Formats: sequence, structure tokens, C-alpha cells
Amino acid sequence: MSDNGNLLAAAAASLGEAERDHSELLTSVVTVARALFGAAAASVFLLDEQSDELVFEAVSGAGEDHLVGERFPASRGIAGWVLGAQEPLVISDLTDNPVFARDLAETTGYVPRSMMAAPLLRREEIVGVMEVLDPTPNPVSPLGAVQLLALFAGQAAIALAVIRRNRTTFQLLVRERGEPSELTQMARLLDELGDDQRAAGVDLLDTLHRLLSRTT
Amino acid sequence: MSSGQASLTWNALDLSPVELAVQCDWPGPVTREWAWGGSSGRGIRVCVVDSGIEGDHPDVGPVQGSYAVSAAADGELAVVPVAAGDACGHGTACAGVIRSLAPECELYSVRVLGERYTSTGDMFITGLRWAVAQGFDVVNLSLSTTRQKFAQALHAVADDAYFAGTVVVAAAHNTPVESFPWRFASVVSVGSHSVRDPGLVLYNPSPPVEFFAYGTEVDVPWPGGRRTRITGNSFAAPHVAGYCALAKGKHPGLTPFQLKNLLYLTSDNVKGTA
Repeated sequence: MSDNGNLLAAAAASLGEAERDHSELLTSVVTVARALFGAAAASVFLLDEQSDELVFEAVSGAGEDHLVGERFPASRGIAGWVLGAQEPLVISDLTDNPVFARDLAETTGYVPRSMMAAPLLRREEIVGVMEVLDPTPNPVSPLGAVQLLALFAGQAAIALAVIRRNRTTFQLLVRERGEPSELTQMARLLDELGDDQRAAGVDLLDTLHRLLSRTT
Repeated sequence: MSSGQASLTWNALDLSPVELAVQCDWPGPVTREWAWGGSSGRGIRVCVVDSGIEGDHPDVGPVQGSYAVSAAADGELAVVPVAAGDACGHGTACAGVIRSLAPECELYSVRVLGERYTSTGDMFITGLRWAVAQGFDVVNLSLSTTRQKFAQALHAVADDAYFAGTVVVAAAHNTPVESFPWRFASVVSVGSHSVRDPGLVLYNPSPPVEFFAYGTEVDVPWPGGRRTRITGNSFAAPHVAGYCALAKGKHPGLTPFQLKNLLYLTSDNVKGTA
């Protein structure tokens, strides 16, 4: 394999490894949150803006063996509300709650009686939602629970933002079906050129880079 | 009430203290009894900029006007009259808190949080700007945006309200993030305390959140004629908005500056020696 090919393969492998590490970190966050809140489950959703869906990225407790990767409409349920309002929500009784999407909860195999949810905000951007199902009521104040949830949400948001960025970068390097992307193919073509032509190609890419940097 | 646009005054070179005289009938120690005792908020127009209000809820209605921010065919946002309703309950809960404190105030709703719960900063600003332009006495805003690019426009609207005599009561974000407009000094910003007492209002000597009110497990009206218990700064803000409506009902000329001072002087943790 050429130098550029090796570099790209190494970069892709590194991105994959970073994603696995951050997925483990997310799982760790929801596991600790679930334990601390004495909850039936805790989960993190990634917002997929293209499909307008929330995707289970990490689950601890009820549903942890089958929910990761499952998708739900981003506009429904408590998670959808939190996504829109960008505010956390604590609901101690979900019975007859008009926002709660009971039908969606039933498809997960677990229907909670109470729930806390917080937006995952990274800088100015919302990247997902964190939910805690059936937490043990906070003996001091639900406000304390919100504060604690916000701390977990802050951690989860960082990990989720890194995962999302890694995936975008990975897709630039390698197509989803495993074929080289345009970027990778260009790198390979450059690699195969003679010195003069490669230098001209690199100049052209530099010019393109400067042009795109000015327009974005 | 001052009118910022009608008579701009940049200095007092041509004005004597006599010409600038302002009648102040505030008593030495300002009490809640003096501030809003006996008031029901009658005649005060309160606007809830939120997800809408369920107008026929027995613990909320009547709602004098329901509006929503809507995009025209050309994409231009406008505020249009709509049927009263609330898809998610947030606005109804806020309105219910205000109604519980100021039973005779007039309630208006501007929906900026849509049926799919999504809202853009542009919708948010359009709704708030419209509410300020209508000259409502009190605007309750239990929402905020984290987008910095909307901060300047929101700041301008908040200042317009302040000088036009509309008090904007804004809930602080529930998590420690930067969001707007509660961060601005021209609004009355509110967070929650942990005491389950709707009468307890605390002044925060370490702003930017200036006041704390009841926002823990608040018993609120909920769509479908129901009630629920809910926690958050969103439900603390309408308590302060309710007290603002009561005070303006009793003292109609109060400016936002005076109203904030009144809230400070009547806060439970503010004690004097005089």
C-alpha cells in the first residue's frame, strides 16, 4: 500500500478506536447515572438531524441488551420535548401525560412510571438527549436531581460530540459500504503520480483549500 | 410610564430638578401588603410566550387572545391568531401558575414552541418582539436559546421592553449553560428554590439570576383539563410574573425598574434595620 494509503488506513483505524473508546465512556456515564439515581434504566440518544431521529447510543439497565442502535422520531415523547425546548424535564408521574409517547415506550419493552430527561448541549449545539427512567425520588429535592443530571449530561454531551465528529470524518475517508471515498481516491491518485505532477496536484489542492476556507 | 421612542433624553442640561420631579408615594418599609395586597391583577395584560395555552382548562381560562409564530409561503415569520391550544403543556402550566396568583388578569398566548416541540431562535425572537410591540404589562418567558447569534437581537428586544414599560420575566436555564434572554439585566430573571412555598420569593445577591421562586414539584394545570406536578425554573418564573401582575394591578404606573426594585424590597431574605 502507498504512503497515503497507509496514512488513511491508520487514520480510519484510529477513528474507529476513538469511537469505541467514547462509546464505552458513554456507557460508563449512563451506568453510573443509573446507579446513582437508583433508576431502572439510563440512556443516551444521539440526534440524527438528517433523518430527524433519535438513536439509542448507550443504555444501562432495562433494554441494554437490544436497544442500542434503535431509532425513534425526534419530535415525539419526552425526549422530543426536551430536544425542542432544550431544557431538562422531571416528571414524577407519567400517567396520562400528554407528552409521554407510551406507544414508543412499549416498543422498547419497558414503560416507566416517572422520568428525568436532559438535553445534551455541546457549546451552542444540541447533540442528543439523556434519559433516566424511574429514578428513586430524591429525598432532598427534585432540583438536586436536575443539577446532578446536568452534570452527567455535560459528560455525555462531550463524548457524544466526539463520536459524531469521528463518524463524519470517517465517512469522508471511507464510504459506509467500505469503498474508498472520493477523498481517499484522490489521495491514491496523487500517490501514483510522478514528482512534478504530484507537486502540481498538491498546489491545486492547496488552492482549493484556500478557496473553500474563504467561502465557509 | 415612560415611552422610550417618544421623548429621547440624552442629558439634563435643559431640565431642572423641579421639571424632573417624580412623585414617589412608596412607604418607608415597603411591604407586600402595600405592594400588591388586595390586588387580583385586574386590568393587567399578561402574555405567555411559550407552547400555547389550553384556554378552556378550568384552572387557567379565560384566555383573551391566542397567537402563534407562523412562516408564510415566502418563509417570512409572522404572528397570527390561532385557536387556543397547547400541544405539550409547558405554556398551560406557566399560565396556570400566573392565574393562581392573579385571578383577574388578562391572559394572552404567543406560541413559539411548535406542535413538534421544535422552535427556532427566529421564531422565539419574532414572538417576543411582537409581544413587546403590543405593550403587554407583563411577558412571561420560560424558554431561552443557547444560540449566541440570537443574543444581540434578543438583547435589543429586552431593552425595548424595559424602556416601553413591559416587564419581561425570564426563567433561567435549568442547567449551567449560557442562554438568553434571562442573562440580560433588562429582564427579571428567575430560578427555582427548593422550598415548596409559592409565596416565598428570594433575591439573589449574586446575579445574574436575580430572584428565586417556587419551582419544585409545582402543582400545575396540564392539557386535557388535568393537573400534574412538575419541577424547573420554567415554573418559578410565572410565580414572579404573577406577583408583577398583582403589583401593576395595584400600582399601574410601575416601570420595570421600579417593579424590580419592589420585588427586591419585598423578597423574603431582604431585611433592613430601619
